[in-house]
Amino acid sequence: MSRLSIQGLTKAYGPNRVVDRIDLTLQEGEFVSLLGPSGCGKTTTLRMIAGFVDPNEGTISLDGQAISAPGAVLPPEKRGMSMIFQSYAIWPNMTVAENVGFGLKLRKLGAEEIRRRVAEILEVVQMGHLAARYPAELSGGQQQRVALARAIVVKPAVLLLDEPLSNLDANLREEMRFEIRRLHDEFRITTVYVTHDQAEAMATSDRIAVMNAGRIEQVDAPHMLYTRPRTRFVAGFIGRTNLLQAQLRNGEIGFGGIAMQAGQVPGAEAAAGGDILVSVRPQSIGLHRARPDGGGPVLGGVVAQRTFLGETWDYVVAADGSDLRLRATAPPLQVHDVGERVWLAFDPQQMAMVV
Amino acid sequence: MSEAPALPHPAAPARGRLASRLARLEPVSLLWVLLIAILLFLVAFPLGKLLVVSFETRNTGAFTLMNYVSAYGRSRYVDALVNSLLLGLLSATMAVVMAVPMAWAVSRTDMPFKGLTWAVVLGAFILPPYLSAVGWILLAGPNSGFLNIAWRAMTGLEGPLFNVYSFPGLALVIALNAFPLVFIFVKSALDLVSSEMEDAANILGAGTWTAMRKVSLPLVWPAIMAGFIIVFLEAIALFGTPAIIGIPARINVVTTQLWQFFEYPVRVEVAAAYAMPLLLITAGMIVVQKLLLARKGFVSQTGKGGERRPIKLGPWRWVAFAWCAVVGLMSVIAPLMVLLQASFARAWGRGLAWDNLTLANYRLLIFEHDMAMTSIWNTIWFSAAAATIAVVLALLIAYIVARRLMPFGDALGFLAMAPFVIPGIVMAIGFYAAYASPPFALYGTATIIILAFAARFLPIAYANSASAIRAVHPEMEEAARILGSGRLHAIRMVTAPLVKKALLGGWLIVFIVASRELSAAIFLVGPRTRTMSVLLYDLSEAGNFEVLAAFGGLLLVVTMVFVGIGMKLVGRDFMLRRN
Repeated sequence: MSRLSIQGLTKAYGPNRVVDRIDLTLQEGEFVSLLGPSGCGKTTTLRMIAGFVDPNEGTISLDGQAISAPGAVLPPEKRGMSMIFQSYAIWPNMTVAENVGFGLKLRKLGAEEIRRRVAEILEVVQMGHLAARYPAELSGGQQQRVALARAIVVKPAVLLLDEPLSNLDANLREEMRFEIRRLHDEFRITTVYVTHDQAEAMATSDRIAVMNAGRIEQVDAPHMLYTRPRTRFVAGFIGRTNLLQAQLRNGEIGFGGIAMQAGQVPGAEAAAGGDILVSVRPQSIGLHRARPDGGGPVLGGVVAQRTFLGETWDYVVAADGSDLRLRATAPPLQVHDVGERVWLAFDPQQMAMVV
Repeated sequence: MSEAPALPHPAAPARGRLASRLARLEPVSLLWVLLIAILLFLVAFPLGKLLVVSFETRNTGAFTLMNYVSAYGRSRYVDALVNSLLLGLLSATMAVVMAVPMAWAVSRTDMPFKGLTWAVVLGAFILPPYLSAVGWILLAGPNSGFLNIAWRAMTGLEGPLFNVYSFPGLALVIALNAFPLVFIFVKSALDLVSSEMEDAANILGAGTWTAMRKVSLPLVWPAIMAGFIIVFLEAIALFGTPAIIGIPARINVVTTQLWQFFEYPVRVEVAAAYAMPLLLITAGMIVVQKLLLARKGFVSQTGKGGERRPIKLGPWRWVAFAWCAVVGLMSVIAPLMVLLQASFARAWGRGLAWDNLTLANYRLLIFEHDMAMTSIWNTIWFSAAAATIAVVLALLIAYIVARRLMPFGDALGFLAMAPFVIPGIVMAIGFYAAYASPPFALYGTATIIILAFAARFLPIAYANSASAIRAVHPEMEEAARILGSGRLHAIRMVTAPLVKKALLGGWLIVFIVASRELSAAIFLVGPRTRTMSVLLYDLSEAGNFEVLAAFGGLLLVVTMVFVGIGMKLVGRDFMLRRN
């Protein structure tokens, strides 16, 4: 059953609609990320879910009951949610244990019960030995763990995370990413996670809602977003891609002098004819010294530029007979010089038509 | 649904949209209205009344311009205005000359005994201006001042070395008391200049001296100017020093002239008209100062690579120290020593001698004087009440402004900061005009003095509270709220403990400056509501310097007790922090 449901949610500051009629539904126990560039409205959406911001239009329902609607907003403290903030917001005047026990105290639990549950959760986040410390004595990563423990220990109806890793250094960020997913697998709390970092969203989420300019562009599982982007924005924002102008005519998609069946390209099966946009991932393009056999679409060209990125080579190939420049990747030992002739092999199944 | 959350279920908010909106907004809106009313009462009404009175005929209330004609119709009154401006310029220049080298030496170099320099700055900051004026009369009075006696004894000359009863004397005494303001501005700006700025000049061939002259000082030029303006404004608004030194020397300035308009028969309407230029100059200069400090790209705030190393001065560091020592000697140590000597003397002019020592001055004040102990008590409780009002008001306003709880919250902040551009003496005349006569009839009551103090020092409390509130990230409160605490509970559990210390510091600063305030008090006190500062001024008019010095000693003891409490509880530099 759906736990959290958002319908037509809108927030405008004057004429500026920072969140524009978005819909989103989270199942019980689901982990959904709001992913987008800064200013896309993801944090405002999260703060509306938390009850800190009133919507101008639309509703937010928890377990089927409206908790936010224009003019009728249940205050944050009555929502039974918890939240992790960008600044951690660990209270410096309380010890680690007092921070974590704060929500439990408000829930009028007995002292013994609070002590037990605080100790338990601190063990889970590997902070048990630091329970008596004050936050000023902790590192950034440790403060983050305290914030996690404080949010989880109350068994919230929904857990909200607002760019929780943006203040950590790169290594720690990667570690905490897995930690957040591990805690989710352990407690199965319905979670909304706001981030601008796609790797973070991919590593943690069941589904990702990509936001742009106040709207949700696409909601999908991470690997589907990558392989089946539906809009130009999503194709460009998630991973790197070649966005190609193509023509769809008589059930065939053509670009740069080659053609393929429209029925083979995801998203284009039922499209109307005319100029269309196709996303081709650099990883999906085969790079060959000689023209490969087989019936797939193949395009000749010359290496125009190359960059070694460690895990892969990144080649830019200027295609024959058009001004197309395509990006393709190859393993480290597949070395081509600039100016060398190469052949590009396309797999229609790994392309996607975008709007 | 698999398991119920261990929490109360969200209630349906649908019932009564208007009712729920009222229930949510009412307390904050009411508070907002109340705060606006208080601020209008404390700030806007006295100022508005001042303006209105300046255009009214006394008794009839008819419109007139005659007050302005009376205020500027005599050359003596116009001369006083010119004198004030000259005095401000001279004092501010002297203060900059004293303070800038000190600030540079403390901030950038390896000068020895920096702690002593800090102590001197703090001492000059704490010493009330009228006390240093009395000290300097004892030091440099033309006939019996110690310096001049010593000078005559050494040289055999007739004339004095330095006569404090002169225009330069008056300016010097003011500068010696006000230079810490420049020091604090310039030092905190220099603290932001990275050593790499000087290194870059050095590597291109500039020596230490050139680098300081061409790089470091120009970088903090806006701060120097800001300090200059503050001292200038302080000097033209000052009452105590010009009254104690200027009146005997027949130097008339705006503030002493205002005081004369209040001598019987009181001519409030003329005083109001006469005070207008002071108000306008102050407001204008504060705007200039804000613009100076806001100029971006001038004070270089390099965050990264901002490594700072003290410049090695070699033997010159003793020169730097000598400069600090001379300023310290003149501003704090010498005046304090002579005051202390006088307070224990039968006749101060006889100097240190066993048969000249007595406790009679203190005994007279503590056990026999009919007003001394009352005035000490008045000072403590007026200042405490004013500080409490100012801090509570400032805290509420700062919270509403910082958390954007109400539209137009900034209007509150603006009103709270407005007294900053009003000289204390002008504020006092405004309070007199607004509340002294019926229907309020507050003249001479404790209430009017407390309210005037609270209004006058509200900007200090507000700046302090605003920075304290800003330092608490709103997410700190939000984190408490999402876990289930209401707004008030979150404030009590999280915000209050975090701002407690800063607020205590703010309270103490307001208390300390209020406890030595003279210019606002002298126009409003009655026979039984005299404060220590007013009584001290009364004693100075009587000319009994031994008792006067002893009373100054008592005043300093009271101040030092509270400064000590502040240092203990809030931190050693709590009075000298910028903002």
